[in-house]
Amino acid sequence: MYRPSSDMLLLAILRCLALIAVAIVLLIVVFLLIESLPAVRSVGMLRFFGDASWHPAGGAEAGRFNLTPMLIGTVAAAAGAVLLAVPLGMGSALFCRFYAPRRIGGVYRRLVELLAGIPSVVYGFWGLMVLAPLIRQWQPPGQSLLAGILILTIMILPTVALLSESSLRSVPRSYLDGASALGLSRWSTIRGVALPAAWGGIFTAVLLATGRAIGETMAVLMVAGNVVQTPASIFEPVRTLTANIALELGYAMEHHRSALFVSGLVLMVMIVVIVSLASWINRGRVHV
Amino acid sequence: MSDVKSSQPAWMSNRHFDWPDRLATVLVWLVAISIVAIFVWIVGDLVRHGVPHLSVSFLFEAPRDAGRAGGVGPILVSTGLILGVCLAVSIPVGVGTAMLLAEFTRRGGGFGLLVRRSLDVLAGVPSIVFGLFGNALFVIYLGMGFSILAGGLTLACMVLPILIRSTEEGFRAVPDDYRRAAAALGLTRSAALWQILLPAATPGLIVGLVLGIGRALAETAALLFTSGYVDRMPESVLDSGRALSIHIYDLAMNVPGGDGNAYASALVLIVLLLAINGLTFWLADRWLGRRITPQ
Amino acid sequence: MTRSNLQITTPSDVSAGEVARAVTGASAEDAAKAEHLGVAASDRAPCCMDREPVVCTEHLTVQYGGQTAMRDVTMPIYRGCITGIVGPSGCGKSTFLNCLNRMTDMTEGCRVSGRVLIDGGDINHGTVNLLALRRRVGMIFQKPNPFPLSIRKNLTFPLKEHGVRSGSQRESLMTTALQQVGLWEEVKDRLDAPALGLSGGQQQRLCLARALVLEPDVVLLDEPCSALDPIASGVVEDLIDSLRGRYTVIIVTHNLAHARRLADDVAVFWLEEGAGTVIERGPAEQVFTAPRHPATAAYVEGRRG
Ligand SMILES: Nc1ncnc2c1ncn2[C@@H]1O[C@H](COP(=O)(O)OP(=O)(O)O)[C@@H](O)[C@H]1O
Ligand SMILES: [Mg+2]
Repeated sequence: MYRPSSDMLLLAILRCLALIAVAIVLLIVVFLLIESLPAVRSVGMLRFFGDASWHPAGGAEAGRFNLTPMLIGTVAAAAGAVLLAVPLGMGSALFCRFYAPRRIGGVYRRLVELLAGIPSVVYGFWGLMVLAPLIRQWQPPGQSLLAGILILTIMILPTVALLSESSLRSVPRSYLDGASALGLSRWSTIRGVALPAAWGGIFTAVLLATGRAIGETMAVLMVAGNVVQTPASIFEPVRTLTANIALELGYAMEHHRSALFVSGLVLMVMIVVIVSLASWINRGRVHV
Repeated sequence: MSDVKSSQPAWMSNRHFDWPDRLATVLVWLVAISIVAIFVWIVGDLVRHGVPHLSVSFLFEAPRDAGRAGGVGPILVSTGLILGVCLAVSIPVGVGTAMLLAEFTRRGGGFGLLVRRSLDVLAGVPSIVFGLFGNALFVIYLGMGFSILAGGLTLACMVLPILIRSTEEGFRAVPDDYRRAAAALGLTRSAALWQILLPAATPGLIVGLVLGIGRALAETAALLFTSGYVDRMPESVLDSGRALSIHIYDLAMNVPGGDGNAYASALVLIVLLLAINGLTFWLADRWLGRRITPQ
Repeated sequence: MTRSNLQITTPSDVSAGEVARAVTGASAEDAAKAEHLGVAASDRAPCCMDREPVVCTEHLTVQYGGQTAMRDVTMPIYRGCITGIVGPSGCGKSTFLNCLNRMTDMTEGCRVSGRVLIDGGDINHGTVNLLALRRRVGMIFQKPNPFPLSIRKNLTFPLKEHGVRSGSQRESLMTTALQQVGLWEEVKDRLDAPALGLSGGQQQRLCLARALVLEPDVVLLDEPCSALDPIASGVVEDLIDSLRGRYTVIIVTHNLAHARRLADDVAVFWLEEGAGTVIERGPAEQVFTAPRHPATAAYVEGRRG
């Protein structure tokens, strides 16, 4: 078909620009692979999960490379946060959409948006100064898995709330009117009509929030205590994979550095699985 | 209705008590109230502890005694430079990609799908992994060292999906009428894009910009190993520079007695975010308001 | 008149005859405008009397995603005449119009077969300059769709894109076009105001001016009055009437009275076997007073459709 030359030029330029996004993803994977190769080669993938401990500074032979406690830390913190944030976030979304008087709803929504915009380092700092000392008074040492879970909850709650709300908002008005016309109560309308219709979007919100909880670094780093151990209770300190990288990359050399990139790769795999799941749920829709 | 007194039909009596409905209402209100309470708690703490350390000179002075005293002058400059590099790279790439996705790719077309999936992944990549990547690519492989440039480029990769998604939404929100009108007049698609669609899609771009700036200013983990810790006034973008968020982290974790200035810095960061947010929307309102909407 | 002008690339290539056709009928100002473009006004006025086909479709069939929406339409359209297209909703009237300036290209999954000839040239031929074609065949939509720009820019921007370099020339062409649609007096003091601030009828006239300023040969109008109130609709109707003889006008309308008043020729579209097609066409008088097809008869008498 006919295309004027200015359009062809523009299209070519735009294609190149769009390829940059693809290239970045590829480069991330390539660099993670290249950098983790030395450790994978001379330490071997198995030892990352079977070694006695995490003492990676001793070189490939003498060093110990067990990532499992940190993996457990990551999963425990994320799972706890998601378990708390999902009901709270959904409650918040329902409040905004169905319960709040119009004026209050608008203000409340702005407030949740503000919460979403507070930097994680500020949450971490607040957790360090306020939350952890509170927990210490109850169950020392305070900087613990629980502190990490609570801070993560506050952080991902706005994500769940805002995405669920926009999903609820996209439920056609006619469905809700239909339910009201049948004489259903507000809660029955929500449970029977709104939530089922918004289900896909809400599940996506939860997945994205999970991804965020897994990937969060600073807030957890500042409140969770960072002891490399498998926690026996939620009051014990833990270290997550992300915190481990942030703490050690500054001085890590050779195999130690390489091992940190392996943990980056592990994180990346977890995220890709979650994102794929989310886009699988959303297949057929244009946007996540 | 007021004259119905006795012999009411059943539906007019409100004696029936719908327990699940009542319970849900109470719970939902409780959730909302506790979220507001947490917000007030956090912001209140920051303001209460931060304001006493805040002054005009705090914004301009250099930090002294590892940041316990002095201000955040050079740190604000570094933050601004990092943000500048980030936006200078991400805006053209982001707007271009959004244009391609919204205006030139078919639904379900191969290339568009590839780009979209990449963006989805990019949006989910943890910031510390961006830090690893930036450190390996920009700092070491490309030899930029710990520098504002390396930090800004790393952030550009991070904010790209946010920018693209909102801008693309902006393009999609432009009524198809304009595209058809332009086509029917025999205009090239480039002309229609630059003159009509891009201006009409600007609200989306603005939203993306605000979200992207928010993410970039808030970012810490990706900058730890790319732009570095040096708190001197940077002389060029090739110098290492400490971002405000890193300053807060450093004061909180590594500097005993740095709490006061950490609170103040956190307050500055939040006010900065709010100010940029408000300013951008205000500008957009005025600018777009004059151009498009009827008086 | 069988030469095809579709390969034109810039306005300066537009042949004298075409511009002359566009401007005859024809004030001194118009002639001066033609002079600006470096061409002289010809003395040959196009008029409906000649019965010279300018647009011809041959076995035109359109499918949307495999579903046939319009089947086998063969129809000549005469120069300088107003051709009315009537028929019930969904019988392919808009589809037919969209074929004539290849707006069908913009619809995904839309397949056009058969031929559309303009001055004997096939517009679906590979070498056709689509932009020049669309400049030559202007289109007005059902819903007024001015650009979200100022009134002035709505007219000058397309001119600029079509290579009219001089700003003063664009201004004078704009003035003429606005006068042509009777909008000049209403907007001359607020040319820089947003076009979306105009009323619906004014917007539609602005869209007409925007199409006319490019000096098309053929003007396609898809139910141009159906989104307007009766008064504005009347104004636009008179305006279309005034285009007779100067442009070849093809207008889709639901309003039979409207078609009867305006059209020289009428084509009746009807759904047959799930796809729209022309069941009757001819001079308006004949179609309205002595319809041959029973469905037409029912339709024009208001019994069906
Ligand atoms: N973009 C499209 N995609 C799919 N089908 C379409 C599209 N446009 C029109 N159609 C179908 O083609 C038929 C004719 O439509 P149209 O030409 O708009 O009719 P009219 O203008 O006479 O009301 C209708 O059945 C309509 O559903
Ligand atoms: Mg139609």
